[in-house]
Amino acid sequence: MDAILALEDGTIYRGLSAGADGEAGGEVVFNTSMTGYQEVLTDPSYAGQIVTMTCAEIGNYGVSPDDVESRKPYVAGFIVRDASPVASNWRAAGTLREYLVANGIVAIADIDTRALTRLLRSSGVMRGVIVTASGRAALDVQALVERARSMPQMEGSDLVREVTTNKAFDWPQGDPGEFSAAPLRQPKRRLKIAAYDFGMKRNILRRLSAHGCDVRVYPASAPASELMATKPDGVFLSNGPGDPAPLTYAIDNAKTLVESGVPVFGICLGHQILGLAMGGRTFKLKFGHRGANHPVKKLATGQIEITSQNHGFAVDPESLPHDVEVTHLNLYDHTVEGLRHKTRPVFSVQYHPEASPGPHDADYLFDDFIALIEER
Amino acid sequence: MPRRTDLKKVLVLGSGPIVIGQACEFDYSGSQACKALRAEGLEVVLVNSNPATIMTDPELADRTYVEPLTPDVLAAIIERERPDAILPTVGGQTALNLAVDLANAGTLEKYHVKLIGASIEAIKIAEDRQLFKDAMRSIGLDVPQSGLARNPREALEVAQALGFPLVIRPSFTLGGVGGGIAYNIEEFRDLAERGLELSPVHEVLIEESVIGWKEFELEVMRDVADNFVVICSIENIDPMGVHTGDSITVAPILTLSDKEYQRMRDAARLIIRKVGVETGGSNIQFAVNPEDGRMVVIEMNPRVSRSSALASKATGFPIAKIAAKLALGYHLDEIPNDITRVTPASFEPTIDYVVVKIPRWNFEKFPQANRTLTTQMKSVGEVMAIGRTFKEAFMKGVRSLELGRSGLLFSSAELDRVSGTPGVDGAPGTNDIEDDGTLRKRLAVPTDHRMWDLFRALNRGWSIEQIHETTKIDPWFLRQFAEICDMRREVAGGGIGALNPVALKKLKRAGFGDAELALAVGAGETAVRDERVSQGLKPVYKRVDTCAAEFESFTPYMYGTYEPSCESNPNGRDKVVILGSGPNRIGQGIEFDYCCCHAAFALRDEGLETVMINCNPETVSTDYDTADRLYFQPLTFEDVMAVIETERSAGGDVSCLVQFGGQTPLKLALALQEAGVRILGTSPDSIDLAEDRKRFSALLSDLDITQPASGTATSREEARAVAARISFPVVVRPSYVLGGRGMAIVYDTPTLDRYMTNAVDASPEHPVLVDKFLEDAFEFDVDAIADATGAVVIGGIMEHIEEAGIHSGDSSCVVPPFICPERHLATIRDYTRRIARALKVVGLMNAQYAIKDDVVYVLEVNPRASRTVPYLSKASGVPLAKMAARVMAGRTLADLGLTKDVEVSGVFVKSPVFPFVRFPGVDTILGPEMKSTGEVMGGSSSFGVAFAKAQLAVGQRLPQTGTAFVSVNNTDKANLVPIARDLAQLGFRLVATRGTANHLRRNGLEVEVVFKVNEGRPNIADEIVNRKIDLVVNTPLGRESYLDDRAVRRAAMMHEVPCITTLTGAAAAVSAIRGMRQQGVSIRALQDYYAGIAAESV
Repeated sequence: MDAILALEDGTIYRGLSAGADGEAGGEVVFNTSMTGYQEVLTDPSYAGQIVTMTCAEIGNYGVSPDDVESRKPYVAGFIVRDASPVASNWRAAGTLREYLVANGIVAIADIDTRALTRLLRSSGVMRGVIVTASGRAALDVQALVERARSMPQMEGSDLVREVTTNKAFDWPQGDPGEFSAAPLRQPKRRLKIAAYDFGMKRNILRRLSAHGCDVRVYPASAPASELMATKPDGVFLSNGPGDPAPLTYAIDNAKTLVESGVPVFGICLGHQILGLAMGGRTFKLKFGHRGANHPVKKLATGQIEITSQNHGFAVDPESLPHDVEVTHLNLYDHTVEGLRHKTRPVFSVQYHPEASPGPHDADYLFDDFIALIEER
Repeated sequence: MPRRTDLKKVLVLGSGPIVIGQACEFDYSGSQACKALRAEGLEVVLVNSNPATIMTDPELADRTYVEPLTPDVLAAIIERERPDAILPTVGGQTALNLAVDLANAGTLEKYHVKLIGASIEAIKIAEDRQLFKDAMRSIGLDVPQSGLARNPREALEVAQALGFPLVIRPSFTLGGVGGGIAYNIEEFRDLAERGLELSPVHEVLIEESVIGWKEFELEVMRDVADNFVVICSIENIDPMGVHTGDSITVAPILTLSDKEYQRMRDAARLIIRKVGVETGGSNIQFAVNPEDGRMVVIEMNPRVSRSSALASKATGFPIAKIAAKLALGYHLDEIPNDITRVTPASFEPTIDYVVVKIPRWNFEKFPQANRTLTTQMKSVGEVMAIGRTFKEAFMKGVRSLELGRSGLLFSSAELDRVSGTPGVDGAPGTNDIEDDGTLRKRLAVPTDHRMWDLFRALNRGWSIEQIHETTKIDPWFLRQFAEICDMRREVAGGGIGALNPVALKKLKRAGFGDAELALAVGAGETAVRDERVSQGLKPVYKRVDTCAAEFESFTPYMYGTYEPSCESNPNGRDKVVILGSGPNRIGQGIEFDYCCCHAAFALRDEGLETVMINCNPETVSTDYDTADRLYFQPLTFEDVMAVIETERSAGGDVSCLVQFGGQTPLKLALALQEAGVRILGTSPDSIDLAEDRKRFSALLSDLDITQPASGTATSREEARAVAARISFPVVVRPSYVLGGRGMAIVYDTPTLDRYMTNAVDASPEHPVLVDKFLEDAFEFDVDAIADATGAVVIGGIMEHIEEAGIHSGDSSCVVPPFICPERHLATIRDYTRRIARALKVVGLMNAQYAIKDDVVYVLEVNPRASRTVPYLSKASGVPLAKMAARVMAGRTLADLGLTKDVEVSGVFVKSPVFPFVRFPGVDTILGPEMKSTGEVMGGSSSFGVAFAKAQLAVGQRLPQTGTAFVSVNNTDKANLVPIARDLAQLGFRLVATRGTANHLRRNGLEVEVVFKVNEGRPNIADEIVNRKIDLVVNTPLGRESYLDDRAVRRAAMMHEVPCITTLTGAAAAVSAIRGMRQQGVSIRALQDYYAGIAAESV
């Protein structure tokens, strides 16, 4: 079956359908990771986005129930150069196509993904629509472009509501599995962590658990007082989709937590929310950071971490008050990758120490969180 | 961190001659390192015995020593130069081993020289298989079960404990030499014994077999601050059991999930730390069980490697250059990424295309060699291809191999008709008569033919499961191959009409070449091309940018693909497209790449924009720094023409240089010219005139220049008629061949008949050439440059040390000539000038001469770059290839100040190296077919010492004294006497077979008699094995059968006893031994030769 991708600037790509039939719209972004497409598909931070994989061959090793980052794929659509018709790996439970179809994800293959990536790089991310059809003549290209233009903008939208858990739950302490690296340190006793789910990747929960934490997960809208009432050892603010600025309820809760003196650790959207809560501003990046190869420098040591990233907004360092310091920098564009409150036990990173997909270089941040708790 | 300040002068070790397992990738890495170090203001001292390298260009280092890579010579250089540090990680295993030798000998300590890039401890852990395994276990990583053995008894004990099949790996050998897989006790005994012998420390590792497991490599880097990055991940399509150098490989890894890949990455990080590589690049190999994902560590190389060269070309990340900077103390984030300019080197390249590497073998040169691929590398070169999909990259790779005909992958009807015919120039023959059982066997035991066998099986309808069961190749790749087969089948035999727009677009996007499609549909290549052009289908070019387009790329490093958007952005300057030489093979190696690089450097200086096309990832020419623009593309008419058309599209004059890359670009010259491309320099017609036997003979007659009597033949009868006219012996060969392929010296009619029946496909367009063989003649090579005004400068006359009958590439030679009367040299110069003018040569010309009975004969003239150009350039200090390129761009020799024939300021001997040690059972005898893979140069003020140094550099340590075994054929007996007498005078004890001994005794020499191999025991082979013999002189040339002598020569080679197979070679060896005894070995930098500064003794 044929498929078309139409962008808001009028650009059209014609290719082949690689997933479910139908139409899907969203913000078109690209991800440069060469492995981990299933983790990308199921990362709730991609809600509202159509993801282009720059890696040319996708789907080769199939899909596995062990590689999901949430209960289902959250991407709005999926774009690849060459989709594998088969799954070839001992871990595979099915093919990528079967998975996309089963989950109703519209996808397009066989288009010039490099040209698309270059366009997004130079013009910035933009809205687009993928539609599948058995006859090309049937498609009104101009109408598709119009539909792309009528998609809601990412800025100012609250996408967290759509992905957060609707009720609190405890993450079970399970077998970390053969691919889970052993943590460098364990707390003296298992710690009690309360975590805000803004669209949380499961591997964060797996890593916290492996690092000796029992985690209770709360909906994004839960008041800070509800979390604090359980007297947690620490509070965690998760990753999630979209623009942090409209999430005023979350920012207010974060302010309360910072004030309370409880150790707080934030990742990605959680980091941005903390940045806003501590008085900073956020802004939208031209084409975001999405991939598994971004170099981040830890300023305290000069050490470089190769990091997994997925964000379209960033904290403006100029906006930060003097009691907040930048701890990590992105060496590609020198944007803020980590923050720390100078007097309170609060720190956060823009990237993904839980990896999945991507390198494990930043796993030490979970140790840091535990150390921060135990120091108190 | 700024770089360390304690280093001012660094010694860089090269890798020596090109051998199997260590090729021009180390010229690429060494040159990069030299450039990077000098850019940092360091003084660089370079040592490499290989003159055909860019790294030994005198302007690349402050001090350049083309000297043997031995500990003694190195110690002398260190004493003379007093470097602060040695960089041993860019010269392959040779350089690492040398570093260990220097440390063990106390040289490093004595002169306070540090090692940078890798420490002795790190080298030892990585190289000593047991230490390595222990280290891996200590960090919780899994390795194959194994045991070490230092003698056959221990080996058997280990084998019994582990069970078959077993892998045998000798410690400290290059490219897996002497290793192998044993399926039973007999194979095991043989392999273990050979391995113990070949290991410099006489130790083998015997290992649990992981044959059939998936094989992966990571190219990683680490800096002094423990920052770690993976530059490239590589998957071997051929599973474990085939050396990675012999495997078809792909980047990035395509069949591992993120979980598995990150586990491997974590392991790599632990490994480089544990082994202790503080700065630089390493290659780490893993095997993964496809059934359950169990991952074991196979090995790690604490240095740049063939794979790192591949990784650099595959990603655009220059590993060797960065490694050199890291060795100076820089951190990864302090080094900019050249391609993006705005981002640092502290990242992991991500690629949005697929890279396929395919090895190139030369088994046709060694008919007796076992073609089975095992843990010991046998290929001589490789191609790399880049495509937007795996299929496209794979099909481009196959096309890049230049196997002489298209359609190789498919046993289509037209190929079945010629089934059983051996292929041309390395192409395997197809044979569809065999039954499925035979085919299964061929698939199960990997050989260089396996890929073609696999496609034949697919064409027969074998299922992917069936083929997977037999080959263990991952089903993902098999599915891709099956799709390629299916796509072809859809149009097969359909004529040009089958290539409708939908079908043709699909096929081109899958990488099918026009020639491939022509064969498939049954039309001409031109018809396919015309159809394609009429459909508006042409390739676009995408950039290799390290970052999958996340950042803008400033480096025009490109590959072609069939997609809508093109990033070539050519400019309107006048430019020259330089065609490279494709995959390395015997007869067309690094020398041609050297010439192409020099053309790029010189033409850039002439103000032209340079565009390089090549598909060999090992080379300097495919460094994005070499030419202004680089297209990593196959060297076919289709691919070259597409680049030229793209470059032309911006206006500007585009011409093409075809004379520097060997036969590969020359073959395209006429077609390009017919397509309207201006060929720079000597015209294709002149090239053809020189290659065309009839036209060339007529030209020489007109010029009144003598040549051996000759004729051409397309049949047995014609050949007999020519032989009757010119009389035996004759040299026979196919026209248009490389490196003497299919060439033979024939002494009688039955042999001639056999040759005409079996050896070659003769056709009216390509007849067999039959020349009178000038037995016992002296041969000479001449390189000259001519310009458009008719001025000709002789670059040098080189005298072959071996007599006529041995391919010029396999013969040692010396410049200046050492025993040739001046009047003959004058004749040679005169002939060269007249021929160059007659051929209207503009650029380089190589001519070969023979002198017999005081007559100078022209054997061959090639108006193009030759194998000897780099050697002559190093000997003389005059960059001949650069001069020639500038002349081709319109300069006169007078403009360049080159008005006199070039002189050398010393005596320089070039000697070849041979790959025999990798091919058990292959005779080591030399003949008219070239067999050497590389060369070294030895320089001195006298012939003897220069020859001795060249021999030393090829690993042939001539004895100063001891026992010499001599055995020669009847024709040689008379001439042996003075050589034997010299040996006796030098104090050698002489041992000979009965006939030779009797002859020598009659001439008053004291000789002991020893049995021939077939006369009883202990015989001469036993004596060699028992290390009772120090030198072997064994000449089998002439009419006599030399099969009996094979055992002697092989025994000598395996036990590293110098073995000389020609009398002239023996005479040279005697002068070498004498020279060494009288003068000793001395060292001298090229810069000093050129400036006339004297040598220093070792």
